[in-house]
Amino acid sequence: MSVLTRPKGLSGAAGPAAPAGRAKRMRTWTPYAFLAPYLALFAVFMVLPIGFGFWTSLHEWDINLPAKPFVGLENYTDLFDPSSVDGGRFWTAMRATGVFTLFSVPLLIVLPLLAALLMNGRFRGRNLYRAVYFAPYVLGVAVVGFLWRFLLDGNIGLVNHYLGLEVQWTTDVPPAWVALIGVTVWWTLGLNAVIFLAGLQDIPRELYEAAMVDGASAWRRFRAVTLPGLRPVTVFVINATILASANMFGQSYLITAGAPADQTKTAIYLIAETGLRQFDMGTASAMSFILAAFLMAASALVFGAFRDRSRR
Amino acid sequence: MTSSFSRRSFLGLTGAAGLTAALAACGGGTKIGSGSSAPASAAPTFSGGEYTGPKVTLDYWNGFTGGDGPHMRAMVEAFNKEFSGRIEVRNVTRRWEDLYPAMPTAISAGKGPDVAVIHNDWVGTFAARQTLIPLDDVVGALELSDADFIPAVWNAGVLDGRRYSVPLDVHSLADYWNKKHLEKIGLSDAPTDKESYEKALVGLKDAGIATPFWMPNKWPAHLMFMSLLWQHGGELYSEDGAKALWGSEQGVQALSWMVEQIDKGFSPAKVAIDTQYAAFKNDKVSFTWDGIWQINDLKANAKSLEWGLSPVPNIGGTPAVWSASHNFVLTSQAGKDPNKVQAAKVFIDSMGRQSTEWAKAGMIPARNSARQDPAVADLPQVRMAQDVSIFHFLPALPGVGDVQSKALELAVAKAVLKESSPAEALKEGVATADKLLADNKRKYGR
Repeated sequence: MSVLTRPKGLSGAAGPAAPAGRAKRMRTWTPYAFLAPYLALFAVFMVLPIGFGFWTSLHEWDINLPAKPFVGLENYTDLFDPSSVDGGRFWTAMRATGVFTLFSVPLLIVLPLLAALLMNGRFRGRNLYRAVYFAPYVLGVAVVGFLWRFLLDGNIGLVNHYLGLEVQWTTDVPPAWVALIGVTVWWTLGLNAVIFLAGLQDIPRELYEAAMVDGASAWRRFRAVTLPGLRPVTVFVINATILASANMFGQSYLITAGAPADQTKTAIYLIAETGLRQFDMGTASAMSFILAAFLMAASALVFGAFRDRSRR
Repeated sequence: MTSSFSRRSFLGLTGAAGLTAALAACGGGTKIGSGSSAPASAAPTFSGGEYTGPKVTLDYWNGFTGGDGPHMRAMVEAFNKEFSGRIEVRNVTRRWEDLYPAMPTAISAGKGPDVAVIHNDWVGTFAARQTLIPLDDVVGALELSDADFIPAVWNAGVLDGRRYSVPLDVHSLADYWNKKHLEKIGLSDAPTDKESYEKALVGLKDAGIATPFWMPNKWPAHLMFMSLLWQHGGELYSEDGAKALWGSEQGVQALSWMVEQIDKGFSPAKVAIDTQYAAFKNDKVSFTWDGIWQINDLKANAKSLEWGLSPVPNIGGTPAVWSASHNFVLTSQAGKDPNKVQAAKVFIDSMGRQSTEWAKAGMIPARNSARQDPAVADLPQVRMAQDVSIFHFLPALPGVGDVQSKALELAVAKAVLKESSPAEALKEGVATADKLLADNKRKYGR
């Protein structure tokens, strides 16, 4: 309501407050009062858990053991020591997460964009087509995982049977990566496509008409109108996809179970296993903080890359 | 306007206060685990017989999700009927691999089991975690004695001089075989030693079964490895639990034999999890080693398959096979209420007496005397237990489960998948295992 019409007196907060009327409403704590509801939620559900997680990571914190000795940064130094048990396992898992993210993100950007461009056209059965692309996304990860584990099995699976192949999709690398990335693309392509489609429909038709009047070819219109128009959507999609890919857990848990020999065991998989199966919350929290640092850096890079371009 | 603003700020503040209160409540909840070692000293000693306290409800957790589940449910229902109005047992069945991680946390939150069934190799870990409370008096009332049990099963329940578990059954790895396939090469039973087993595999291959014996890299690969290790005369862990011994020469021989089955073409390479069993059900595999608990699954879900069950063949020289046992335990959650402790002891006592009924679920009764009962003596799995000295068990070291999954199982998987040679995989695995064992010693303070 009146937030937009800020009284001028506010900037002179040090001066004597107006004795009465509207100006009196604005005190130094006014902005904090407006912030409070969100701040409370943010503090309760973000700041405190993160702080508690960090505190945990400084201890040898086993859920059920009464003694939780303070070990300082030992959990972290252990993870950075490749000869320690958890260090070796952790960096294998980080590598797995890296490989998966590196190869799945480009596919999960380009393919949904192409699908969205097709879906944006006018043709018969368009709604059916849109539904078909989105359909796998409504399945839960358990359904997707079990379905593909059996379809992809190297010795008794239908995929090898019908294609006449002898590829071990679930127990050998690199085929396991092809399988995991393929399944993930099939499963989540619809979501990114729908976001791109919404972005496409937001681009004003007049821009295309103007470009056509100027004699721009279809490719040129795509480069000069569609892509720039999609920029804000693309930043969002890339970031969300990187985070989603880096958090991959269900697919490798269900389809490969980390095979061969933990090479497809991702960081989140290992964190869940360490914290919730072996109850080693201290190490698991330390792992989470290192993973979070990597993800923040990746997000910063993406935002940085797109910001530079928009300043051109 | 002024009044509306202050009202809203007031609402915001109350909201924040409410959240803070909720948070404080949560904080209290997570702390319970730190001091949950309520001893059962308040409960009177159990001496068998009747339960006389007020009505209680017991939460009972187990992992009998397979063909054994219906038998356990029937036993619980019978118990509930008998004690109707006094003790009600709520049966919660979930997969073992979900049950173990959930149990300690659920118990410290007060939402776990009062009484549960767990495997012998977990008793030590859970007892050290103060998740369990001792049961010495139940064992006394049941008139159980070590003479009637396989020593390894009996001793697994003891930590620092106190007994934490009552054994229910024993189960082991077994050799399942396809009757029709073996008929092709003129066999009516599974071969029992290395020479004849390998000869049978060659014969089966010649008879048109391309890959008669699939070698898994995950479950039950580590159970096969341990069985073979013991057969060759090797040991898993040192007596004091400080050193892993499975990287020995015997270990290399055991693991090499597993890898050999792939090299000789009896198994396809890189078999995925559970595939060997699925292929056996679908008539593609002649031999597969799996737990005896699969008996009921094969009966129910592979009706057209003709199969036989034999002891695991003696490959290494001394007959030996991986085994485990199911054990009743009483949790520290029940320990907070003396009546629950009493009721749970009555329950364990009553279930322990039904071991013949339980044998029909595909298990081997843990008590030597129960195995001689004519009602069960002819069950195929019970016949396998004629010589119980071949049964070998994981030691009940606290934290041994972590060592197994982080080191031994990984080493077996690496060798079977040909990521490294058996000797290298075991060497690397043992180095990891020794570090973990040292960690566990410190962590569980023994």
